[in-house]
Amino acid sequence: MNLDFSPEDIAFRDEVRAFIAENYPAQLRDKGSDREDLSKDDFLSWHKVLAKKGWVAPSWPKEWGGCGWTSTQKYLFGEEMARADAIPILPFGVAMVAPVIYTFGTQEQKDRYLPKIYNGEEWWCQGYSEPGAGSDLASLKTKAERITGDDGKEYYIVNGQKTWTTLAQHADWGFFLVRTNPEAKIQEGISFLLIDMKTPGITVRPIITIDGGHEVNEVWLENVKVPVENRVFEENKGWTCAKFLLAHERSGIAGVARSKRGVERVREMASVEFGDDGDNLLKDADFKRKVAELEIDLTALEYTELRVLASESAGKGPGPESSLLKIKGTEIQQRLTELALEAAGHYASPYFRGFPGDGDNAHPIGPDSAHRTAPNYFNTRKTSIYGGSNEIQRNIIAKMVLGL
Amino acid sequence: MDFNFSEEQSMLRDTVASFLQDKYDFDKRQKLIKSESGWSPAIWEAFANELGILGAPFSEELGGLGGGAIENMIVMEEFGKALVVEPYLGTVVIGGGFLKHSGYAGAAELIGGIIEGKVTIAFGYAEPQARYNWADVKTTAKKEGDAFVLNGHKAVVIGAPWASHLIVTARTSGGQRDEDGISVFIVEKGAKGIVTRDYPTVDGQRASEVYLENVTVPASALIGEEGKGLPLVNKVLDEAAAAACAEAVGAMRKMHEQTLDYARQRKQFGTAIANFQVLQHRMVDMFMNVEQSVSMTYMATLKLDESDAERAKAVSAAKVQIGKACKFVGQNAIQIHGGMGMTEELAVGHYFKRATMIEGLYGSVDHHLRRYETLSFGKAA
Ligand SMILES: Cc1cc2nc3c(=O)[nH]c(=O)nc-3n(C[C@H](O)[C@H](O)[C@H](O)COP(=O)(O)OP(=O)(O)OC[C@H]3O[C@@H](n4cnc5c(N)ncnc54)[C@H](O)[C@@H]3O)c2cc1C
Repeated sequence: MNLDFSPEDIAFRDEVRAFIAENYPAQLRDKGSDREDLSKDDFLSWHKVLAKKGWVAPSWPKEWGGCGWTSTQKYLFGEEMARADAIPILPFGVAMVAPVIYTFGTQEQKDRYLPKIYNGEEWWCQGYSEPGAGSDLASLKTKAERITGDDGKEYYIVNGQKTWTTLAQHADWGFFLVRTNPEAKIQEGISFLLIDMKTPGITVRPIITIDGGHEVNEVWLENVKVPVENRVFEENKGWTCAKFLLAHERSGIAGVARSKRGVERVREMASVEFGDDGDNLLKDADFKRKVAELEIDLTALEYTELRVLASESAGKGPGPESSLLKIKGTEIQQRLTELALEAAGHYASPYFRGFPGDGDNAHPIGPDSAHRTAPNYFNTRKTSIYGGSNEIQRNIIAKMVLGL
Repeated sequence: MDFNFSEEQSMLRDTVASFLQDKYDFDKRQKLIKSESGWSPAIWEAFANELGILGAPFSEELGGLGGGAIENMIVMEEFGKALVVEPYLGTVVIGGGFLKHSGYAGAAELIGGIIEGKVTIAFGYAEPQARYNWADVKTTAKKEGDAFVLNGHKAVVIGAPWASHLIVTARTSGGQRDEDGISVFIVEKGAKGIVTRDYPTVDGQRASEVYLENVTVPASALIGEEGKGLPLVNKVLDEAAAAACAEAVGAMRKMHEQTLDYARQRKQFGTAIANFQVLQHRMVDMFMNVEQSVSMTYMATLKLDESDAERAKAVSAAKVQIGKACKFVGQNAIQIHGGMGMTEELAVGHYFKRATMIEGLYGSVDHHLRRYETLSFGKAA
């Protein structure tokens, strides 16, 4: 056992660091630290730079653009991205639907979708949740009935409502779970469909969250006609794809590298904020202790993740351990926002978004580091809810790991 | 010992509650906070004339209802339940507190104005560098003949955009963090040299950065004794903190109630989520947090007239309990609502935001823990 990086690893890290420093789009420099709302172009501009370099989807099979990196290299890459406050690559295309397509899809599907996901030409959203099917995803009701069209081809006619669909307002395509057999046992009548978001019958309506942002949407599907060849894997076997994808979703969700950068940011912030005694907050014993505790918890998570990565690279896929990473990772992300809110003191309170007089030239009140702390804190409550809530993750560990 | 409310106090609660139910439901409140001015002068006027509650803690000679801190607690708890943004805390509790306790010559007249709804007050005590140290005052007041000239910057003055008057702390002598040398002044907000930058706050209130640029006030603007303002500020802010605890209790009760309702209705896996034991225990813990907060709010409110040290210790203890409870109850209310808890549309998120701001109002949990420790164990060596 050892914790050392080889000289090759260090050379790799330096290469990544230099590439990011030279190529990260200048207009994004101050945005990645989630202090600003990101536009579609913001996300895509960095995606395209990485795609050109061949680094947008390190985990994919090599033939589709994967890097064949060792788990250490992937880890170092993630570290460097976070270290530079680089905007993360959106997961819906690259990390979620693409693995389903290259694992379960037909050759035509791989040829049709993977390159466009890779290049950032097509933006994806995830149509899983419904108003009545959240944690109990398998109870979804959106139905897809098979018909033969006037053109003699086969289609699904899809009707139903999805909700919480992240960034659907920008999406070109969505991957949807739909019920193709209402008679079967609930997990067995589900299919996995790829739907062009411009198909007639699709309506996307914004949901505004408590931080005032527009990130999630309701998606209504009314007689949406989807060619049968847009189904991935067998009819009524979509649950297999769904479960596979969820395990992938969870393994990326711990966000250790970003949280490490987050701790640094809290430290930076505390070094400019004042404590009660006029000295900076970083000299405040109580605040320091909380940051130290968080750092230690994060270290425990980091080494746990490294152990999981090591066993994955020995050939095991992401298993129920990913639930541990999800729970701990999101709790740490939430605590980071609590500390930032505390550090901001009185200046956590001013708010600028969607209020009268909130014009272009309304510059924020108080120190820059404070002005998004409250919205970030409120928004980050989502992390213990989405991607399978933390209660559900604990249920999974109880059942799958502990056998209870 | 008696924890019962008098008949008048129960009536006060019922009057406020039924008025708010009628005139201040969640949708109306949302429209209000998004309006240009962000508050309702008409509601304020009704508080004054229809309900008479702006006189709740003032003596009958002054035209009030003859109550005190308990009446403030009752009003603020109901305000917490309805998420009222109108400035009772700043005007009646804080403004009224300064006027009552200071022996200020103009007090009777100004209190009369408060009771009638004509005088609204915002208190500027914090400064950008001061965090929760009320003695950290850079704003200066220089004596010039019979007048004082004020200069400085007061941070995040809640309710200032709506105020007719500002009360501010300023240094008449001493160094930046000296406990001596702080004086309290009342100024009309329209006074020459007061510049404000107004903005909304995350919990639906309005606040200002207040810049005092050579604001000249007569000696009669001084509240209390020159240079001896800090003990008065501490007393008034303790009263304000106790009232804010009551408001938080109101908000927490609503979050708990809404969470129970939601958990009973929301079905997943073929059953109401209220049937999952892990959520049951969480809701029980929320309940215990609310009840302990009620107890501490009563305790602190009942001790507001004790010695400075007793009062401070009681309020800090309450503020610690309430701060922790706001976090626990708020976070779990959102969590148990799942995705719905994250939406702007549901009231629960707005209670969470207000409760979160109360956590840091008049001092964070850490600040009050430290103050309690100092009062209880003496200053660290
Ligand atoms: C910001 C955000 C973005 C999202 N993005 C997407 C997206 O892009 N695509 C998509 O399809 N979905 C998305 N989701 C939906 C997300 O996956 C669901 O919110 C999540 O699955 C929880 O479902 P729910 O909100 O219906 O809560 P519910 O399932 O109603 O749960 C409510 C509460 O009950 C608890 N609970 C439920 N069942 C149990 C149980 N058996 N034992 C113990 N506790 C239980 C939950 O943990 C939670 O605390 C997003 C959600 C959010 C908040």
